[in-house]
Amino acid sequence: MSTITKKKGHEPLFHLTKRSSFPGWAAWIVRLLAIAVGFIVCGLVAYILIEDNKKKPQDLMEFFEKFFTSFYNGSFKLNPSASRRYNRIWEFFRDTAILQCIALAVTPAFRMRFWNIGAEGQTLMGALAAIGAAFYLGGTVPEWVLLLIMLAVALIVSSIWAVIPALFKAQWNTNETLFTLMMNYVAIYVVDFFLKIWVPTDSSLDALPHGALPVIENNYLFIILVAAALTVFTFIYLRYTKHGYEISVVGESVRTAQYSGIHVKKVIIRTMLVSGLICGLTGFLFAGKDNTITTTSIGGQGFTAIIVSWMGYFNPLMMLFSSALVTILNRGKISTDFGVKGAYEDVFVGIVLFFVIACEFFIQYKISMRKFHTATKEKEAVK
Amino acid sequence: MKKLIALVLSLVLCLSCFAFSASAELADVKLGVILLHDEDSTYDLNFINGVLEAAEQLGLSEDQVIMMRNIPESDACYEAALELVDEGCTIIFANSFGHESFMIKAAKECPDVQFCHATGTKAHTENLPNFHNAFAAIYEGRYLAGIAAGMKLNELKAAGKLKGEVPMMGYVGAFTYAEVISGYTSFYLGAKSVCPDVVMKVQFTGSWYDYNAENAAATTLIGAGCDLISQHADSMGAPTACEDAGIPNVSYNGSTQEACPNTFIVSSRINWAPYFVYIMNQMAAGEAIATDWTGTIATGSVVLTDVNTQAAAEGTVEAIEEAKAAFINGEIKVFDTAADNFILVKGAKLESYTADVDDMGDYVPETEVVFEGYFHESEFRSAPYFDVQLDGIELLNGAY
Repeated sequence: MSTITKKKGHEPLFHLTKRSSFPGWAAWIVRLLAIAVGFIVCGLVAYILIEDNKKKPQDLMEFFEKFFTSFYNGSFKLNPSASRRYNRIWEFFRDTAILQCIALAVTPAFRMRFWNIGAEGQTLMGALAAIGAAFYLGGTVPEWVLLLIMLAVALIVSSIWAVIPALFKAQWNTNETLFTLMMNYVAIYVVDFFLKIWVPTDSSLDALPHGALPVIENNYLFIILVAAALTVFTFIYLRYTKHGYEISVVGESVRTAQYSGIHVKKVIIRTMLVSGLICGLTGFLFAGKDNTITTTSIGGQGFTAIIVSWMGYFNPLMMLFSSALVTILNRGKISTDFGVKGAYEDVFVGIVLFFVIACEFFIQYKISMRKFHTATKEKEAVK
Repeated sequence: MKKLIALVLSLVLCLSCFAFSASAELADVKLGVILLHDEDSTYDLNFINGVLEAAEQLGLSEDQVIMMRNIPESDACYEAALELVDEGCTIIFANSFGHESFMIKAAKECPDVQFCHATGTKAHTENLPNFHNAFAAIYEGRYLAGIAAGMKLNELKAAGKLKGEVPMMGYVGAFTYAEVISGYTSFYLGAKSVCPDVVMKVQFTGSWYDYNAENAAATTLIGAGCDLISQHADSMGAPTACEDAGIPNVSYNGSTQEACPNTFIVSSRINWAPYFVYIMNQMAAGEAIATDWTGTIATGSVVLTDVNTQAAAEGTVEAIEEAKAAFINGEIKVFDTAADNFILVKGAKLESYTADVDDMGDYVPETEVVFEGYFHESEFRSAPYFDVQLDGIELLNGAY
């Protein structure tokens, strides 16, 4: 047990102690409660902030019902048409899968305490490369060959984009947070540049006729299966391989890693290469799903993935839950159902995540009030 | 007398039945709207206001309109369209150019639902009975705004306040797309119709919305000796630069008079409400929607704000009204190739021009659009395709 507050002199009102044993099931109850409270606070905030309009129920209970239904409908509502009955559920799993993929991409670097916040740009570059391949080669080679080429160039370009900051970090100890962040903006302008070449007089690239992802059962399952396989792979890679162990050691302490004979520079570059490859695969999924690209194709998910990875304690299996939670929040239909700006939806994502992160604090630490503490001290004094 | 009363009563009954059945049919129409952004973007706000205005005019109920905001130009647009179909929408509208191919994909999958797309170019070549394009002849509005600009230049000229020998206008453009070229050319021609020796410089920003770039472009143009500025971009960048420099400004997409009381002259914009009213009424009546619909001054789709009499030249309001009436009567054409010393390309009249009307991704022009003495803009399809470079208009940069 390590105490944070100092015991000298005046006794503080409360102090924090790190919990040594908090049962897993209890932690999950706390988390679920935090999510529930977060949603309720969202509802209250929405009730107060959303100006009166015809779509807003006046009664608080009715408002809450509509508010929560909106989130439920976004991900789980069954469609009336038989052919699209389960589409929203499929889309929910597909969106979760894509977010999970990007979160998996940043995780190895995070475990190494290499703050890669460039997943947005790395994924975008992969998607750009894949779309480029489809643009130039579509129709001239068999479809499966085209898909393989798209995948290959996406992997190559994304990993180059990820390894550049790693090289600078390893060689000159540059700040990787700023470097990877800036690379996002460079990527956006590279996409702009190529769009100007591909579509000189229009403002966007029409969906390309070639290079769509293979259809397994439906348009969603392929992406979901890829994400599932990638989750298992990353879990094993981080947990049970020498590489994974080296990443953890470098993350704990660079010095320790050096003394134990780990080539730190090599680990940094290799790990970012893994991150880049996963981003490349995800970029390929984006390209095959959309068959077009814009500067906003990734839609900020490269940044959302950071918080998903953190909330999952950098554990690929735990991250499945955080990906799913964020996806439910993102798929909420608040702006449509209440006729308000899209910014409201972002606010609600923020509020719920705030509660989830805050609850982790209470799972990790115990708060002891002064009274309790002095009592134990007196006991010690008696002894 | 009794007969008369009976007649009147039966007439009333018939009419009310008719009215009832018509409104009952309108009540069956459900409109889904897909928007690229939300109210924070002036472009999307203009559509949202159009939808709300149309809904009010038609007396639509709250659940007859569903608006989905922040739908990107990707497969998400197709998914949003299908979702709207599943929510019971019978007609679905999307507002961004890049939505088009995804709307077509949805239209092919749902033949019973009508799909309308603003600013698109493919409806006339796709030949789908349920996919339609729409745009407005905003060049008519810009021509009217150009008249106001030309009159202001005449006023400055008469007062000896011109910066150079000839009246010079500056124009801040977004991209070198036909939509922008058609826009600045019609603005130039409007000015030229009242101020024959006017010339114009154009500076592009490479963005539809970039305050700093638009502000800088306007400042550059003012520095290059322009007596008046107009723009085709969505931010307050150019109007603000004009107000700061005391240079008259002809705005776009709405009045900037509040922020620029001394320099704002007039602004043109597209009003989408008439189109929404049109498609809803066609649906209610069971009539087909036009494959390409071009809103004009006559349909109420192209509108001008009030003229700021503090900045505008005397008689501007009357001159605009006069030209407006002439447009409605079909007496004047913006791209009049027959008039002497009006539309000149390398010193000669424009006798013939092939435009890229069929957007097959080849960028190969194929349609002759100059005949009967004028350039037939927005007639072969609703989206603009005028991209001719006229004498008297100088592009300062053209990389966009």
